[in-house]
Amino acid sequence: MALGLLTLLIVSIVIFVAVNLLPGDFAELILGQGATPEAVAKIREDLGLDQSLVSRYFGWLGGMLTGDLGSSFAQLNFQTNLGGAGGVTVAEQIAPRFANTMFLATVTAIIAVPIAVTLGILAALYRNTVFDRAANILTLSSISSPEFFMAYVLILFLAVLNPILPSLSNIYEGMAFSDRLEKTLLPALTLTLVVTAHMMRMTRAAIINLLASPYIEMARLKGMSPLRVIVKHALPNALAPIINVIALNLAYLITGVVVVEVVFVYPGIGQLFVDSVKIRDIPVVQACCLIFAAAYILLNLTADILSILSNPRLRHPK
Amino acid sequence: MSALFNIALGVAIIAAVAWSFRFIGQKVTGNAARFRDMSFGVAFGYVLGLVVLLWLVWAYLQSISSDQATANKFFFLGVAIKAFILFSILAWLFRLLGRNVGTAGTRKMFRNIPLTASFGILVIIFYAVLAIFAGAIAPYGQDEIISGVAANIIPGGDPALGGDPAFPLGTDQIGRDILSRLIFGAQNTVGIAFATTLLAFFIGGSLGFLAAVVGGWLDQVLSRGVDVLMAIPSLIFALLLMTIASVWSAELGIPLTFFMVLIIAVIDSTRVFRLARAVGQNIVVMDYIEAAKLRGEGMGYLVFKEILPNATAPLLAEFGLRFCFVFLTIAALSFLGVGIQPPLADWGTMVRDLASFINFAQFAPLAATAPLLAAGAIALLTVAVNFVVDWMLHKSSGLKE
Amino acid sequence: MTDTLLNIRGLKLEGRSDETWNPIINGVDLTLARGEVLGLIGESGAGKSTLGLAAMGFTRDGVRISNGSVEFDGIDLLTASAAVKRGLLGKRIAYVAQSAAASFNPAHRLIDQHVEGPVQHGVMARADSELDGMELYEKLRLPDPESIGFRYPHQVSGGQLQRAMTAMAMACRPDLIIFDEPTTALDVTTQIEVLASIRDIVEQFNTAAIYITHDLAVVAQMADRIKVLLKGDEVETADTRTMLSAPTQEYTKSLWAVRSFERPLKAPVVASAVPVVSVANVDAAYGKAKVLHDVSFDMHEGRTVAVVGESGSGKSTTARCITGLLPPTAGTISFGGEAMPADYRKRSKDQLRQVQMIYQMADTALNPRMSIGEIIARPVQFYLGLTGKEKRARVDALLDQIEMEPSEYYNRLPSELSGGQKQRIGIARALAAEPKFIICDEVTSALDQLVAEGILRLLAKLQDRLGLTYMFITHDLATVRAIADEVVVMKDGRVVEAGPKAEMFKPPHHPYTDLLLSSVPEMDPDWLTNLLQERGVDNIGDAAADKM
Repeated sequence: MALGLLTLLIVSIVIFVAVNLLPGDFAELILGQGATPEAVAKIREDLGLDQSLVSRYFGWLGGMLTGDLGSSFAQLNFQTNLGGAGGVTVAEQIAPRFANTMFLATVTAIIAVPIAVTLGILAALYRNTVFDRAANILTLSSISSPEFFMAYVLILFLAVLNPILPSLSNIYEGMAFSDRLEKTLLPALTLTLVVTAHMMRMTRAAIINLLASPYIEMARLKGMSPLRVIVKHALPNALAPIINVIALNLAYLITGVVVVEVVFVYPGIGQLFVDSVKIRDIPVVQACCLIFAAAYILLNLTADILSILSNPRLRHPK
Repeated sequence: MSALFNIALGVAIIAAVAWSFRFIGQKVTGNAARFRDMSFGVAFGYVLGLVVLLWLVWAYLQSISSDQATANKFFFLGVAIKAFILFSILAWLFRLLGRNVGTAGTRKMFRNIPLTASFGILVIIFYAVLAIFAGAIAPYGQDEIISGVAANIIPGGDPALGGDPAFPLGTDQIGRDILSRLIFGAQNTVGIAFATTLLAFFIGGSLGFLAAVVGGWLDQVLSRGVDVLMAIPSLIFALLLMTIASVWSAELGIPLTFFMVLIIAVIDSTRVFRLARAVGQNIVVMDYIEAAKLRGEGMGYLVFKEILPNATAPLLAEFGLRFCFVFLTIAALSFLGVGIQPPLADWGTMVRDLASFINFAQFAPLAATAPLLAAGAIALLTVAVNFVVDWMLHKSSGLKE
Repeated sequence: MTDTLLNIRGLKLEGRSDETWNPIINGVDLTLARGEVLGLIGESGAGKSTLGLAAMGFTRDGVRISNGSVEFDGIDLLTASAAVKRGLLGKRIAYVAQSAAASFNPAHRLIDQHVEGPVQHGVMARADSELDGMELYEKLRLPDPESIGFRYPHQVSGGQLQRAMTAMAMACRPDLIIFDEPTTALDVTTQIEVLASIRDIVEQFNTAAIYITHDLAVVAQMADRIKVLLKGDEVETADTRTMLSAPTQEYTKSLWAVRSFERPLKAPVVASAVPVVSVANVDAAYGKAKVLHDVSFDMHEGRTVAVVGESGSGKSTTARCITGLLPPTAGTISFGGEAMPADYRKRSKDQLRQVQMIYQMADTALNPRMSIGEIIARPVQFYLGLTGKEKRARVDALLDQIEMEPSEYYNRLPSELSGGQKQRIGIARALAAEPKFIICDEVTSALDQLVAEGILRLLAKLQDRLGLTYMFITHDLATVRAIADEVVVMKDGRVVEAGPKAEMFKPPHHPYTDLLLSSVPEMDPDWLTNLLQERGVDNIGDAAADKM
């Protein structure tokens, strides 16, 4: 746990330092070359650029922890050029989109996890059969294909040729849950395809590894039924690796959402991130980056902790 | 609701057929072991597989139906089925060729090769030829806007459908030949990805082996550093650094693509480092390394004569995987608009530019093929490399699985 | 009602490698009467385990039965349905595996795994089976029979797990138990307890058993009848006493003869002679854990000093101190009377050259990417500075010395050699440095007996010809008897006893040496019975070792 927090802290330093490697002045970056000196000075003060790097870092980190993610460049530009308060702060931009992304990830996980684990176990049980080989080829192809390829293939078949689902995920606040789900389904299916393939292959490998253990052979030699061998002997030991696989793949989802959100114009944090990258809105990029990293670290940490908890050697020390 | 009902009905029918299949099998073969010990799930699987196969045949027949609307609807499935059959035949022929031509070593290799790997090798050779000779093969330049030719010519080369035989894959929104851009894309996208992977291997590999052999604090420092870098999802980190690099690139006048190569190589070298270190550590504990150390051998001899030769197999497989990863990352960045920059032709960018044509699929299926071709070109190569790597790993692990 | 329990006729098994099927067992017949114990012996690769499993109608992945029949109590196991076979396995035929630690499911307690068979096969209710399990634990002399079952496998020692597994096999009172090398992974003092327990319980319940092992002395204690296998073929079968006293086949005779290899005694060392290597008051530690305590002994020119002890006794650590891989925390290592630097990195090239090492696992001791020629040539070039034709001539001479044809083997890779040949290359590499002193770390323990004997004879011959000094690390007292001039016994990082071999094998000696010596099974089929009578069941194995 402490290790996870420490990693996150170091990651935040890395992100902060990376951003501050930028040449020149943020203020000029925001306003362009022809800005008036007064405007530049005002922005410098707003951003705290007159303070030292270290105090700026702690100011930023403190803001992050309290939910104050600062002002976006777009907002500052808007304020400086048009005067007065206005625009949206980083936190205001991110909050609803973060919720949308979490919704997408949850829908994906609900579809993908049961399918992947079931198929992975089946492939391990019936390994080297036609089913296993076909699954191997299909999952390998799915892993190898770029997310946008899968997305467009799904759009082609499920939205254009057979208009079952909408190809644009224009979600807005106050939408009915069923509409929202319908609009989320296609991006979720795309992510499902990618993540399921990964998860299934990893589950298969973990189970095969397990089925090769002498204690599984022993259970079969004790005349136990195949079902009992799986349920009583393999599953309790497979739990740790399977949990690990699931957590790792949910972490992988985080990277996957970026491209998929862009394809489906899904108003999530990934799309905001890409848009901000394009207009070089540093505070937004920085905040998004930290949120992604935090989620990623958290999931990896969960994987570690759960797999420790499900290991009998560690649960029952000598 | 009716959809759910139909699915449930379908499953029930398949289950019933499966049960009778097993029952009849048992009766007909006089309770042969094959049917007697067959679990219901396996029987279900056989019938389900058969249903899928029948549906594919039906879909193919639809795609060549004379009714234009139906044919359009199944056009893509038809193409996919045709492509699958064609690729299988090609892979089979290639394997046959490999078994009969070449040195004893290559012939032996082709004897036990699965079709997927044979297909993978064939595709990789094809791409390599395209990438190296792009300039000679492509009919037009990659950024050549052909004068006097309309933009958005539909692929297929059939004037009746809005095509032009001179541009078999049509032209894009500003009148560039898509075929030429695809061919140059092979050069740019694959070439840049290859260079990036090489760089990542150079950085990660040398540091990884160093950490394994020297150990101690150097290993600690490098490993912790890599842990931190790996704690940030790679695409996210790449996007962050690309934002910064884009400012630098404008400031210094160095092309953004150069920064991209550097950034992705560094991010990816962390994965290479992990593997190289792990492989190195496995070798370092071997008794033959101890024997060499006790003989008084120097570091250079240890690394180059004792460790590296034993690490080539896993590193080669990793090179394939890393290449795929780098290639997909670059494609994703380009697709998002921050990767390889115009005027270089690049598949990721092409997909983004042509994506809207997909919406015409129902009425003019040919028009929708353009973006899918570019995306498919990316997928085909990574699938091919993965097939080969999968086979290599399978072979070197010596597993019967 | 016949007396035959198991009847195997013309059984052929094949194993898959590289997509082709190769024979493992080529048509073996086997009959077993009720209550009879059959010993199945052979070297690695003889197909004993495969045959043992096939007797249960079971094959591992990648193995198939291509011909023959297996009949258990009138039931043909090869054509029986999966359900019928499941009804027999565990209930009427049970299995005891080599590695108990890996064969118990780490997620369940011992007793839960014990009762699974009886409950699932409907033999006993859970509560009855639990009580019965405790009784069995007691019969097998496990400590705390009432509570040991409620532990998880990783909380119990290897020897105890092996007995708990025997109890589990007995849970349904089967007619037949297959023991697959149940004591191979154990130390000698632990092995003897397990052997005694297994023999008792099998006798008590009149269970038939197939006892698979590569150790002749063990099988002599356990079996009524012995069947010898060689590369998938039966060599001969006879009852134990006949087989031991009058084997008919050449192969069997040669197996028996290995045990009789012994070198002539050498004259005692002159008291004033300077030892080649001297270990003086050495302490060593891994991190904070101290593993050697005040270890001292000398090794003289042309002698073999056997360092004996069980796993964890510190014998390999002592070797690491001598080579300088693990610098001692106190004490000195001297060569020819002069103290050497503790760390090998500080030693001169000549000091490094004089101390060479031969490893236990020839597989990991040779770089798989180098040819045999390159491996041997490297020290020749490195230490002696020979190149070109001279180097080649020297390598050829070395290959001749280890009795391998230079022109045939020079360009081969280690993977193309057998285990014994690889070990010979390891010897040649050590000789190439022209050392005075060679450490042999369990060099024969991974090899089959016949091959091991060849290696021992070769080492003895080389010693006589070149005047080498050996430090011979081993846990096998038969090896000690065969090759040693002097013996050092170690336990828990201390030297327990040291002296010439002749004295060591004669009483009186230190009680631990005594225990160690008496625990080594002998070829006499009455050995175990006599020993148990002499010492009592509570004075063998770990129980006795703990008293010291």
